[in-house]
Amino acid sequence: MDNNALYGEILDLLENDARMSVEDIALMIGVSADRVREAIAHMEQEKIIVKYAAITNREKVASEEAEALIEVKVIPKRGQGYDDLAERIYGFDEVKAVYLMSGTYDLSVIVHAKSMKQISKFVFEKLAVLEGVASTVTHFIMRKYKEQGVILSAKEPEERLVISP
Amino acid sequence: MDNKVARRIRDVPPSGIRKFFDIASEMKDCISLGVGEPDFDTPWNIRESAIYSLEAGKTHYTSNHGSTELRKAILHYLDMRFGLKYDLNQIVVTVGASEALDLAFRAIIDPGDEVLVPLPSYVAYMPGVSFAGGVPVPMHLQECDNFRITPQALTAALTPKTKAIVVAFPNNPTGAIMTKEDYETIADIIIEHDLVVISDEIYAELTYGTPHFSIAALPGMAERTIVINGFSKAFAMTGFRLGYAAGPKPLLDAMVKIHQYSMLCASSMSQEAGIEALKSECANDFAQVKKMTAEYNRRRRLMYAGFNEMGLTCFEPLGAFYIFPNISKTGLNADEFCTRLLYEKKVACVPGTAFGDGLENFIRCSYASSLDNLKEALRRIKSFVESL
Repeated sequence: MDNNALYGEILDLLENDARMSVEDIALMIGVSADRVREAIAHMEQEKIIVKYAAITNREKVASEEAEALIEVKVIPKRGQGYDDLAERIYGFDEVKAVYLMSGTYDLSVIVHAKSMKQISKFVFEKLAVLEGVASTVTHFIMRKYKEQGVILSAKEPEERLVISP
Repeated sequence: MDNKVARRIRDVPPSGIRKFFDIASEMKDCISLGVGEPDFDTPWNIRESAIYSLEAGKTHYTSNHGSTELRKAILHYLDMRFGLKYDLNQIVVTVGASEALDLAFRAIIDPGDEVLVPLPSYVAYMPGVSFAGGVPVPMHLQECDNFRITPQALTAALTPKTKAIVVAFPNNPTGAIMTKEDYETIADIIIEHDLVVISDEIYAELTYGTPHFSIAALPGMAERTIVINGFSKAFAMTGFRLGYAAGPKPLLDAMVKIHQYSMLCASSMSQEAGIEALKSECANDFAQVKKMTAEYNRRRRLMYAGFNEMGLTCFEPLGAFYIFPNISKTGLNADEFCTRLLYEKKVACVPGTAFGDGLENFIRCSYASSLDNLKEALRRIKSFVESL
Protein backbone atom coordinates (compact mmCIF):
# COMPACT_ATOMS: atom_id res chain seq x y z
CA MET A 1 0.00 0.00 0.00
CA ASP A 2 1.52 3.36 -0.96
CA ASN A 3 1.70 6.15 1.58
CA ASN A 4 -1.15 8.20 0.14
CA ALA A 5 -3.52 5.24 0.23
CA LEU A 6 -2.37 4.49 3.77
CA TYR A 7 -2.93 8.09 4.87
CA GLY A 8 -6.41 8.00 3.37
CA GLU A 9 -7.31 4.77 5.20
CA ILE A 10 -5.99 6.06 8.51
CA LEU A 11 -7.84 9.35 8.14
CA ASP A 12 -11.08 7.49 7.36
CA LEU A 13 -10.74 5.63 10.65
CA LEU A 14 -9.62 8.58 12.78
CA GLU A 15 -12.27 10.91 11.42
CA ASN A 16 -14.78 8.39 12.67
CA ASP A 17 -13.05 7.65 15.99
CA ALA A 18 -10.09 9.79 16.97
CA ARG A 19 -9.41 7.55 19.97
CA MET A 20 -8.87 4.37 17.98
CA SER A 21 -5.61 2.72 19.00
CA VAL A 22 -2.66 2.35 16.66
CA GLU A 23 -2.87 -1.44 17.09
CA ASP A 24 -6.53 -1.57 16.03
CA ILE A 25 -5.88 0.69 13.07
CA ALA A 26 -2.99 -1.53 11.99
CA LEU A 27 -5.13 -4.69 12.25
CA MET A 28 -7.95 -3.18 10.28
CA ILE A 29 -5.81 -1.78 7.50
CA GLY A 30 -3.54 -4.78 7.37
CA VAL A 31 -0.15 -3.06 7.88
CA SER A 32 2.26 -3.04 10.82
CA ALA A 33 1.63 -0.91 13.90
CA ASP A 34 4.99 0.80 13.39
CA ARG A 35 3.98 1.92 9.95
CA VAL A 36 0.72 3.34 11.29
CA ARG A 37 2.56 5.13 14.09
CA GLU A 38 4.97 6.65 11.58
CA ALA A 39 2.18 7.72 9.26
CA ILE A 40 0.24 9.39 12.07
CA ALA A 41 3.34 11.21 13.29
CA HIS A 42 3.97 12.43 9.77
CA MET A 43 0.40 13.62 9.33
CA GLU A 44 0.46 15.41 12.68
CA GLN A 45 3.67 17.14 11.74
CA GLU A 46 2.34 18.18 8.34
CA LYS A 47 -0.93 19.35 9.90
CA ILE A 48 -2.85 16.86 7.80
CA ILE A 49 -4.23 15.79 11.14
CA VAL A 50 -4.93 19.19 12.61
CA LYS A 51 -6.40 18.31 15.97
CA TYR A 52 -8.21 15.55 17.87
CA ALA A 53 -11.52 16.98 19.01
CA ALA A 54 -14.84 15.52 20.14
CA ILE A 55 -18.13 16.10 18.38
CA THR A 56 -20.47 17.24 21.13
CA ASN A 57 -24.13 17.94 21.65
CA ARG A 58 -24.23 20.90 24.00
CA GLU A 59 -28.00 21.01 23.99
CA LYS A 60 -27.94 18.13 26.44
CA VAL A 61 -26.13 20.12 29.14
CA ALA A 62 -28.36 23.02 30.16
CA SER A 63 -26.54 25.91 28.66
CA GLU A 64 -27.23 29.36 27.34
CA GLU A 65 -24.47 29.03 24.83
CA ALA A 66 -25.38 30.11 21.35
CA GLU A 67 -24.06 29.79 17.86
CA ALA A 68 -24.77 31.90 14.80
CA LEU A 69 -23.96 31.88 11.14
CA ILE A 70 -23.22 35.39 9.94
CA GLU A 71 -23.28 36.40 6.31
CA VAL A 72 -20.78 39.17 5.72
CA LYS A 73 -20.65 41.36 2.63
CA VAL A 74 -17.25 42.80 2.05
CA ILE A 75 -15.65 45.55 -0.01
CA PRO A 76 -12.40 43.88 -1.03
CA LYS A 77 -9.22 45.92 -0.94
CA ARG A 78 -7.01 46.26 -3.95
CA GLY A 79 -4.02 43.94 -3.73
CA GLN A 80 -5.33 42.07 -0.70
CA GLY A 81 -8.63 40.64 -1.86
CA TYR A 82 -10.52 39.09 1.01
CA ASP A 83 -7.61 37.62 2.92
CA ASP A 84 -6.81 40.65 4.98
CA LEU A 85 -10.33 41.05 6.29
CA ALA A 86 -10.76 37.30 6.81
CA GLU A 87 -7.67 37.36 8.96
CA ARG A 88 -9.01 40.20 11.05
CA ILE A 89 -12.22 38.26 11.57
CA TYR A 90 -10.82 34.83 12.36
CA GLY A 91 -8.55 36.34 14.96
CA PHE A 92 -11.47 36.70 17.37
CA ASP A 93 -11.90 33.85 19.85
CA GLU A 94 -15.63 33.77 19.33
CA VAL A 95 -15.17 32.91 15.68
CA LYS A 96 -15.26 29.14 15.06
CA ALA A 97 -15.01 29.15 11.29
CA VAL A 98 -14.63 31.53 8.37
CA TYR A 99 -15.31 30.60 4.76
CA LEU A 100 -15.12 32.63 1.56
CA MET A 101 -18.34 31.94 -0.33
CA SER A 102 -19.65 32.16 -3.86
CA GLY A 103 -23.11 33.73 -4.20
CA THR A 104 -24.86 36.71 -2.71
CA TYR A 105 -22.45 37.36 0.15
CA ASP A 106 -18.72 36.93 0.65
CA LEU A 107 -17.69 35.57 4.03
CA SER A 108 -19.54 33.03 6.08
CA VAL A 109 -18.62 33.39 9.73
CA ILE A 110 -19.60 30.88 12.43
CA VAL A 111 -19.62 32.46 15.87
CA HIS A 112 -19.92 30.72 19.22
CA ALA A 113 -20.50 32.57 22.50
CA LYS A 114 -21.92 32.24 26.01
CA SER A 115 -25.27 33.71 25.06
CA MET A 116 -27.24 35.18 22.20
CA LYS A 117 -26.72 38.57 23.74
CA GLN A 118 -22.97 38.18 23.54
CA ILE A 119 -23.17 37.22 19.91
CA SER A 120 -25.24 40.31 19.15
CA LYS A 121 -22.70 42.37 21.00
CA PHE A 122 -19.87 40.79 19.04
CA VAL A 123 -21.61 41.57 15.76
CA PHE A 124 -22.28 45.23 16.38
CA GLU A 125 -19.21 46.02 18.40
CA LYS A 126 -16.57 44.00 16.59
CA LEU A 127 -17.67 42.64 13.27
CA ALA A 128 -20.00 45.14 11.63
CA VAL A 129 -17.73 48.04 12.40
CA LEU A 130 -14.64 46.59 10.74
CA GLU A 131 -13.38 48.60 7.85
CA GLY A 132 -14.33 46.81 4.63
CA VAL A 133 -17.46 45.14 6.04
CA ALA A 134 -20.37 46.46 4.00
CA SER A 135 -23.16 44.59 5.79
CA THR A 136 -23.95 41.58 7.99
CA VAL A 137 -26.91 39.26 8.34
CA THR A 138 -26.95 37.19 11.53
CA HIS A 139 -28.71 33.80 11.65
CA PHE A 140 -28.90 32.16 15.07
CA ILE A 141 -28.72 28.37 15.01
CA MET A 142 -31.83 27.14 16.76
CA ARG A 143 -31.28 23.43 16.68
CA LYS A 144 -28.61 21.07 15.37
CA TYR A 145 -29.83 17.95 13.64
CA LYS A 146 -26.60 16.72 12.16
CA GLU A 147 -23.03 17.73 12.98
CA GLN A 148 -19.99 16.65 10.99
CA GLY A 149 -21.82 13.73 9.49
CA VAL A 150 -23.33 12.55 12.78
CA ILE A 151 -27.09 12.70 13.33
CA LEU A 152 -27.56 14.19 16.80
CA SER A 153 -31.23 13.43 17.31
CA ALA A 154 -30.94 9.85 16.08
CA LYS A 155 -33.94 7.65 16.67
CA GLU A 156 -33.56 4.30 18.35
CA PRO A 157 -32.40 1.86 15.71
CA GLU A 158 -34.91 -0.65 14.40
CA GLU A 159 -34.47 -4.04 15.98
CA ARG A 160 -32.77 -6.54 13.75
CA LEU A 161 -33.31 -10.27 13.95
CA VAL A 162 -30.70 -11.57 16.36
CA ILE A 163 -29.84 -14.49 14.12
CA SER A 164 -30.69 -14.82 10.47
CA PRO A 165 -29.55 -17.24 7.78
CA MET B 1 -53.36 -32.55 11.33
CA ASP B 2 -49.68 -33.49 11.15
CA ASN B 3 -50.50 -36.32 8.82
CA LYS B 4 -51.95 -33.89 6.29
CA VAL B 5 -48.62 -32.19 5.72
CA ALA B 6 -47.04 -33.28 2.45
CA ARG B 7 -44.31 -35.85 2.86
CA ARG B 8 -41.67 -33.87 1.00
CA ILE B 9 -42.22 -30.97 3.42
CA ARG B 10 -42.29 -33.17 6.52
CA ASP B 11 -39.07 -34.86 5.46
CA VAL B 12 -37.10 -31.60 5.44
CA PRO B 13 -35.47 -31.12 8.86
CA PRO B 14 -36.12 -27.88 10.78
CA SER B 15 -33.55 -25.09 10.44
CA GLY B 16 -30.45 -25.47 12.61
CA ILE B 17 -30.56 -21.76 13.30
CA ARG B 18 -33.92 -21.71 15.04
CA LYS B 19 -32.75 -22.99 18.44
CA PHE B 20 -30.08 -20.32 18.81
CA PHE B 21 -32.42 -17.66 17.62
CA ASP B 22 -34.91 -18.52 20.36
CA ILE B 23 -32.31 -18.44 23.15
CA ALA B 24 -30.42 -15.38 21.92
CA SER B 25 -33.58 -13.36 21.35
CA GLU B 26 -34.51 -13.69 25.03
CA MET B 27 -31.05 -12.91 26.34
CA LYS B 28 -30.05 -9.46 27.58
CA ASP B 29 -26.60 -8.01 26.66
CA CYS B 30 -26.12 -10.73 24.11
CA ILE B 31 -23.79 -9.85 21.24
CA SER B 32 -24.90 -11.52 18.09
CA LEU B 33 -22.48 -12.61 15.41
CA GLY B 34 -25.34 -14.53 13.88
CA VAL B 35 -26.77 -11.88 11.68
CA GLY B 36 -26.93 -12.57 7.97
CA GLU B 37 -27.73 -9.06 6.80
CA PRO B 38 -25.84 -5.77 6.50
CA ASP B 39 -25.86 -3.59 9.61
CA PHE B 40 -25.86 -0.45 7.47
CA ASP B 41 -29.09 1.40 6.85
CA THR B 42 -30.27 1.51 3.26
CA PRO B 43 -28.69 4.63 1.69
CA TRP B 44 -31.11 7.53 2.05
CA ASN B 45 -31.39 8.31 -1.67
CA ILE B 46 -32.71 4.79 -2.18
CA ARG B 47 -35.22 5.01 0.67
CA GLU B 48 -36.25 8.46 -0.48
CA SER B 49 -37.00 7.21 -3.99
CA ALA B 50 -39.30 4.53 -2.54
CA ILE B 51 -41.15 7.19 -0.55
CA TYR B 52 -41.44 9.37 -3.62
CA SER B 53 -42.77 6.51 -5.70
CA LEU B 54 -45.61 6.07 -3.20
CA GLU B 55 -46.38 9.79 -3.30
CA ALA B 56 -46.34 9.71 -7.08
CA GLY B 57 -48.87 6.89 -7.03
CA LYS B 58 -46.62 4.22 -8.51
CA THR B 59 -48.50 1.55 -6.62
CA HIS B 60 -49.80 -0.65 -9.43
CA TYR B 61 -48.75 -4.04 -10.73
CA THR B 62 -45.73 -3.93 -12.95
CA SER B 63 -45.04 -6.30 -15.84
CA ASN B 64 -44.51 -9.91 -14.65
CA HIS B 65 -40.90 -9.59 -15.71
CA GLY B 66 -40.49 -6.46 -13.61
CA SER B 67 -40.62 -2.82 -14.68
CA THR B 68 -38.86 -2.09 -17.94
CA GLU B 69 -36.81 0.69 -16.41
CA LEU B 70 -35.52 -1.59 -13.66
CA ARG B 71 -34.71 -4.39 -16.09
CA LYS B 72 -32.80 -1.94 -18.29
CA ALA B 73 -30.84 -0.81 -15.25
CA ILE B 74 -30.11 -4.44 -14.35
CA LEU B 75 -28.92 -5.21 -17.91
CA HIS B 76 -26.59 -2.26 -17.82
CA TYR B 77 -25.31 -3.21 -14.37
CA LEU B 78 -24.66 -6.88 -15.21
CA ASP B 79 -22.78 -5.89 -18.34
CA MET B 80 -20.77 -3.10 -16.73
CA ARG B 81 -19.89 -5.03 -13.58
CA PHE B 82 -19.49 -8.64 -14.71
CA GLY B 83 -19.45 -8.54 -18.51
CA LEU B 84 -22.77 -10.45 -18.71
CA LYS B 85 -25.00 -9.60 -21.68
CA TYR B 86 -28.73 -10.28 -21.72
CA ASP B 87 -31.88 -9.07 -23.46
CA LEU B 88 -34.76 -7.47 -21.61
CA ASN B 89 -36.80 -10.68 -21.86
CA GLN B 90 -34.04 -12.69 -20.22
CA ILE B 91 -34.53 -11.02 -16.85
CA VAL B 92 -37.15 -11.54 -14.19
CA VAL B 93 -37.39 -9.32 -11.13
CA THR B 94 -38.33 -11.31 -8.03
CA VAL B 95 -39.25 -10.96 -4.37
CA GLY B 96 -35.69 -11.26 -3.16
CA ALA B 97 -33.06 -13.55 -4.59
CA SER B 98 -34.83 -16.23 -2.51
CA GLU B 99 -37.82 -16.25 -4.84
CA ALA B 100 -35.51 -16.40 -7.85
CA LEU B 101 -33.86 -19.50 -6.37
CA ASP B 102 -37.21 -21.14 -5.72
CA LEU B 103 -38.35 -20.36 -9.26
CA ALA B 104 -35.17 -21.78 -10.72
CA PHE B 105 -35.57 -25.05 -8.81
CA ARG B 106 -39.23 -25.37 -9.69
CA ALA B 107 -38.65 -24.50 -13.35
CA ILE B 108 -36.08 -27.21 -14.02
CA ILE B 109 -36.69 -30.06 -11.59
CA ASP B 110 -38.72 -33.14 -12.47
CA PRO B 111 -39.45 -35.66 -9.70
CA GLY B 112 -36.26 -37.50 -8.80
CA ASP B 113 -33.88 -35.15 -10.61
CA GLU B 114 -30.68 -34.62 -8.68
CA VAL B 115 -29.25 -31.19 -8.02
CA LEU B 116 -25.70 -30.78 -6.74
CA VAL B 117 -25.43 -28.43 -3.78
CA PRO B 118 -22.07 -27.28 -2.40
CA LEU B 119 -21.71 -27.68 1.36
CA PRO B 120 -21.15 -25.65 3.43
CA SER B 121 -23.59 -23.18 1.98
CA TYR B 122 -26.67 -21.11 2.58
CA VAL B 123 -29.46 -23.01 4.33
CA ALA B 124 -32.11 -22.75 1.60
CA TYR B 125 -30.60 -24.72 -1.28
CA MET B 126 -31.15 -28.26 0.00
CA PRO B 127 -34.75 -27.68 1.18
CA GLY B 128 -35.50 -25.67 -1.97
CA VAL B 129 -34.57 -28.61 -4.17
CA SER B 130 -36.61 -30.99 -2.00
CA PHE B 131 -39.69 -28.74 -2.03
CA ALA B 132 -39.52 -28.76 -5.83
CA GLY B 133 -39.56 -32.57 -5.81
CA GLY B 134 -35.87 -33.01 -6.59
CA VAL B 135 -33.11 -34.75 -4.72
CA PRO B 136 -30.38 -32.48 -3.35
CA VAL B 137 -26.96 -34.11 -3.52
CA PRO B 138 -24.25 -32.49 -1.43
CA MET B 139 -20.79 -31.74 -2.76
CA HIS B 140 -18.61 -31.65 0.34
CA LEU B 141 -16.12 -28.81 -0.01
CA GLN B 142 -12.95 -28.86 2.06
CA GLU B 143 -11.17 -26.24 4.12
CA CYS B 144 -7.88 -27.33 2.52
CA ASP B 145 -9.37 -26.43 -0.89
CA ASN B 146 -10.35 -23.02 0.47
CA PHE B 147 -13.96 -24.23 0.31
CA ARG B 148 -13.99 -24.03 -3.49
CA ILE B 149 -15.72 -26.52 -5.77
CA THR B 150 -13.00 -28.77 -7.15
CA PRO B 151 -13.32 -31.17 -10.11
CA GLN B 152 -12.98 -34.02 -7.59
CA ALA B 153 -15.82 -32.79 -5.37
CA LEU B 154 -18.01 -32.29 -8.40
CA THR B 155 -17.22 -35.61 -10.06
CA ALA B 156 -17.73 -37.52 -6.81
CA ALA B 157 -21.32 -36.28 -6.57
CA LEU B 158 -22.32 -36.77 -10.21
CA THR B 159 -24.77 -39.51 -11.21
CA PRO B 160 -26.77 -40.10 -14.41
CA LYS B 161 -29.67 -38.36 -12.69
CA THR B 162 -27.79 -35.10 -12.05
CA LYS B 163 -29.59 -32.26 -13.77
CA ALA B 164 -28.19 -29.11 -12.24
CA ILE B 165 -25.51 -27.68 -10.01
CA VAL B 166 -25.79 -24.82 -7.55
CA VAL B 167 -22.78 -22.53 -7.25
CA ALA B 168 -22.79 -19.86 -4.57
CA PHE B 169 -19.79 -17.56 -4.38
CA PRO B 170 -18.88 -15.39 -2.56
CA ASN B 171 -20.15 -17.94 -0.10
CA ASN B 172 -22.28 -17.81 2.98
CA PRO B 173 -21.09 -19.15 5.49
CA THR B 174 -17.41 -19.57 4.53
CA GLY B 175 -16.58 -16.29 2.81
CA ALA B 176 -14.92 -18.32 0.02
CA ILE B 177 -14.81 -17.03 -3.54
CA MET B 178 -14.18 -18.73 -6.88
CA THR B 179 -12.00 -17.01 -9.48
CA LYS B 180 -12.19 -17.37 -13.24
CA GLU B 181 -9.40 -19.95 -13.10
CA ASP B 182 -11.24 -21.90 -10.40
CA TYR B 183 -14.39 -22.04 -12.53
CA GLU B 184 -12.41 -23.10 -15.59
CA THR B 185 -11.41 -26.29 -13.79
CA ILE B 186 -15.04 -27.41 -13.50
CA ALA B 187 -16.61 -25.85 -16.61
CA ASP B 188 -15.76 -28.74 -18.93
CA ILE B 189 -17.30 -31.29 -16.58
CA ILE B 190 -20.47 -29.21 -16.36
CA ILE B 191 -20.72 -28.95 -20.13
CA GLU B 192 -19.87 -32.61 -20.68
CA HIS B 193 -22.71 -33.67 -18.39
CA ASP B 194 -25.03 -31.03 -19.81
CA LEU B 195 -25.88 -29.56 -16.40
CA VAL B 196 -27.88 -26.43 -15.70
CA VAL B 197 -25.98 -24.03 -13.43
CA ILE B 198 -27.83 -22.03 -10.79
CA SER B 199 -25.39 -19.35 -9.69
CA ASP B 200 -26.35 -17.45 -6.55
CA GLU B 201 -24.30 -14.26 -6.72
CA ILE B 202 -26.04 -12.24 -4.02
CA TYR B 203 -22.69 -11.33 -2.38
CA ALA B 204 -21.04 -10.36 -5.69
CA GLU B 205 -20.33 -6.79 -4.58
CA LEU B 206 -18.76 -7.85 -1.31
CA THR B 207 -15.30 -9.09 -2.20
CA TYR B 208 -11.97 -8.07 -0.73
CA GLY B 209 -9.14 -7.81 -3.19
CA THR B 210 -10.33 -10.08 -6.01
CA PRO B 211 -13.35 -8.72 -7.90
CA HIS B 212 -16.27 -11.10 -8.35
CA PHE B 213 -16.28 -13.32 -11.43
CA SER B 214 -19.53 -14.85 -12.66
CA ILE B 215 -19.41 -18.40 -13.99
CA ALA B 216 -21.85 -17.24 -16.70
CA ALA B 217 -19.03 -15.17 -18.21
CA LEU B 218 -17.11 -18.30 -19.23
CA PRO B 219 -17.52 -19.50 -22.84
CA GLY B 220 -20.40 -21.94 -23.20
CA MET B 221 -21.80 -21.12 -19.78
CA ALA B 222 -24.26 -18.25 -20.27
CA GLU B 223 -26.58 -20.55 -22.27
CA ARG B 224 -26.88 -22.99 -19.36
CA THR B 225 -26.61 -20.68 -16.35
CA ILE B 226 -29.29 -18.95 -14.33
CA VAL B 227 -27.60 -16.03 -12.62
CA ILE B 228 -29.33 -14.98 -9.42
CA ASN B 229 -28.61 -11.70 -7.74
CA GLY B 230 -30.38 -9.04 -5.73
CA PHE B 231 -30.22 -5.81 -3.81
CA SER B 232 -30.13 -7.01 -0.20
CA LYS B 233 -26.42 -7.35 0.46
CA ALA B 234 -24.83 -4.88 -1.96
CA PHE B 235 -27.17 -2.00 -1.12
CA ALA B 236 -28.26 -2.99 2.39
CA MET B 237 -31.86 -3.49 1.23
CA THR B 238 -32.86 -6.80 2.84
CA GLY B 239 -36.35 -5.66 3.87
CA PHE B 240 -37.18 -4.45 0.37
CA ARG B 241 -37.18 -8.08 -0.77
CA LEU B 242 -35.86 -7.38 -4.25
CA GLY B 243 -33.87 -9.75 -6.41
CA TYR B 244 -33.65 -10.98 -9.96
CA ALA B 245 -32.62 -13.82 -12.21
CA ALA B 246 -31.08 -13.69 -15.67
CA GLY B 247 -30.50 -16.60 -17.97
CA PRO B 248 -31.27 -18.44 -21.19
CA LYS B 249 -34.70 -17.58 -22.51
CA PRO B 250 -36.35 -21.04 -22.32
CA LEU B 251 -35.47 -21.34 -18.62
CA LEU B 252 -36.42 -17.73 -17.89
CA ASP B 253 -39.75 -18.18 -19.65
CA ALA B 254 -40.44 -21.18 -17.45
CA MET B 255 -39.54 -19.22 -14.31
CA VAL B 256 -41.75 -16.33 -15.37
CA LYS B 257 -44.61 -18.76 -15.90
CA ILE B 258 -44.42 -19.77 -12.23
CA HIS B 259 -43.78 -16.23 -11.06
CA GLN B 260 -46.81 -14.80 -12.88
CA TYR B 261 -49.17 -17.24 -11.17
CA SER B 262 -47.57 -17.23 -7.75
CA MET B 263 -46.16 -13.75 -7.14
CA LEU B 264 -47.30 -11.74 -10.17
CA CYS B 265 -44.61 -9.12 -9.65
CA ALA B 266 -42.21 -7.79 -7.04
CA SER B 267 -43.54 -4.84 -5.04
CA SER B 268 -43.63 -1.70 -7.13
CA MET B 269 -42.03 0.61 -4.55
CA SER B 270 -39.16 -1.80 -4.04
CA GLN B 271 -38.63 -1.84 -7.79
CA GLU B 272 -38.50 1.96 -7.82
CA ALA B 273 -35.93 1.85 -5.02
CA GLY B 274 -33.95 -0.68 -7.03
CA ILE B 275 -33.85 1.64 -10.03
CA GLU B 276 -32.42 4.39 -7.87
CA ALA B 277 -29.87 2.04 -6.30
CA LEU B 278 -28.50 0.86 -9.63
CA LYS B 279 -28.64 4.16 -11.46
CA SER B 280 -27.06 6.22 -8.72
CA GLU B 281 -24.31 3.71 -8.01
CA CYS B 282 -23.52 3.05 -11.70
CA ALA B 283 -23.27 6.80 -12.27
CA ASN B 284 -21.22 7.37 -9.16
CA ASP B 285 -18.54 4.70 -9.48
CA PHE B 286 -20.26 2.58 -6.78
CA ALA B 287 -19.26 5.04 -4.09
CA GLN B 288 -21.72 3.86 -1.45
CA VAL B 289 -21.06 0.19 -2.16
CA LYS B 290 -17.32 0.83 -1.94
CA LYS B 291 -17.72 2.67 1.33
CA MET B 292 -19.60 -0.24 2.87
CA THR B 293 -17.17 -2.78 1.46
CA ALA B 294 -14.20 -0.85 2.82
CA GLU B 295 -15.79 -0.96 6.26
CA TYR B 296 -16.50 -4.70 6.05
CA ASN B 297 -12.94 -5.24 4.93
CA ARG B 298 -11.55 -3.55 8.04
CA ARG B 299 -13.74 -5.65 10.27
CA ARG B 300 -12.80 -8.76 8.30
CA ARG B 301 -9.13 -8.18 9.01
CA LEU B 302 -9.86 -7.58 12.69
CA MET B 303 -11.84 -10.84 12.96
CA TYR B 304 -9.35 -12.87 10.97
CA ALA B 305 -6.48 -11.67 13.14
CA GLY B 306 -8.55 -12.10 16.30
CA PHE B 307 -9.47 -15.74 15.71
CA ASN B 308 -6.00 -16.73 14.60
CA GLU B 309 -4.51 -15.04 17.63
CA MET B 310 -6.68 -17.07 19.99
CA GLY B 311 -5.60 -20.25 18.21
CA LEU B 312 -8.80 -20.91 16.29
CA THR B 313 -7.25 -21.10 12.87
CA CYS B 314 -9.42 -20.02 10.07
CA PHE B 315 -9.47 -19.90 6.39
CA GLU B 316 -9.16 -16.29 5.17
CA PRO B 317 -12.54 -15.18 3.86
CA LEU B 318 -12.33 -13.13 0.65
CA GLY B 319 -16.00 -12.31 0.19
CA ALA B 320 -19.40 -11.84 1.87
CA PHE B 321 -19.31 -10.82 5.56
CA TYR B 322 -18.71 -14.10 7.35
CA ILE B 323 -15.75 -15.84 8.86
CA PHE B 324 -15.75 -19.60 9.43
CA PRO B 325 -13.24 -20.51 12.13
CA ASN B 326 -12.20 -24.11 12.76
CA ILE B 327 -12.88 -24.92 16.42
CA SER B 328 -11.64 -28.54 16.44
CA LYS B 329 -8.77 -27.55 18.77
CA THR B 330 -11.20 -26.84 21.57
CA GLY B 331 -12.43 -30.43 21.68
CA LEU B 332 -16.02 -29.24 21.50
CA ASN B 333 -18.33 -29.80 18.58
CA ALA B 334 -19.96 -26.80 16.96
CA ASP B 335 -23.28 -27.23 18.71
CA GLU B 336 -21.68 -27.52 22.18
CA PHE B 337 -19.33 -24.65 21.43
CA CYS B 338 -22.11 -22.32 20.33
CA THR B 339 -24.48 -23.33 23.14
CA ARG B 340 -21.89 -22.87 25.87
CA LEU B 341 -20.56 -19.65 24.34
CA LEU B 342 -24.06 -18.29 24.31
CA TYR B 343 -24.88 -19.23 27.93
CA GLU B 344 -21.45 -18.55 29.43
CA LYS B 345 -20.35 -15.47 27.50
CA LYS B 346 -23.50 -14.24 25.80
CA VAL B 347 -22.14 -14.32 22.29
CA ALA B 348 -24.33 -15.84 19.59
CA CYS B 349 -22.70 -17.65 16.66
CA VAL B 350 -24.18 -20.22 14.33
CA PRO B 351 -22.81 -23.78 14.38
CA GLY B 352 -21.38 -25.01 11.09
CA THR B 353 -23.84 -27.90 11.18
CA ALA B 354 -26.62 -25.46 10.24
CA PHE B 355 -24.92 -25.18 6.83
CA GLY B 356 -24.53 -28.86 6.11
CA ASP B 357 -23.81 -32.28 7.62
CA GLY B 358 -20.30 -32.97 8.77
CA LEU B 359 -19.45 -29.38 9.68
CA GLU B 360 -19.10 -30.02 13.43
CA ASN B 361 -15.69 -28.36 13.46
CA PHE B 362 -16.80 -24.94 12.30
CA ILE B 363 -18.80 -21.95 13.48
CA ARG B 364 -20.07 -19.07 11.39
CA CYS B 365 -19.46 -15.56 12.67
CA SER B 366 -20.89 -12.59 10.85
CA TYR B 367 -18.98 -9.32 10.94
CA ALA B 368 -21.96 -7.26 9.83
CA SER B 369 -21.94 -5.64 13.25
CA SER B 370 -20.38 -2.55 14.80
CA LEU B 371 -16.67 -2.44 15.52
CA ASP B 372 -17.30 -2.14 19.26
CA ASN B 373 -19.52 -5.23 19.17
CA LEU B 374 -16.95 -7.20 17.23
CA LYS B 375 -14.12 -6.28 19.57
CA GLU B 376 -16.13 -7.16 22.64
CA ALA B 377 -17.27 -10.42 21.04
CA LEU B 378 -13.68 -11.38 20.23
CA ARG B 379 -12.69 -10.59 23.81
CA ARG B 380 -15.47 -12.81 25.16
CA ILE B 381 -14.75 -15.67 22.76
CA LYS B 382 -11.09 -15.52 23.69
CA SER B 383 -11.85 -15.76 27.38
CA PHE B 384 -14.26 -18.63 26.66
CA VAL B 385 -11.65 -20.56 24.68
CA GLU B 386 -9.06 -19.98 27.41
CA SER B 387 -11.48 -21.29 30.04
CA LEU B 388 -11.83 -24.65 28.28
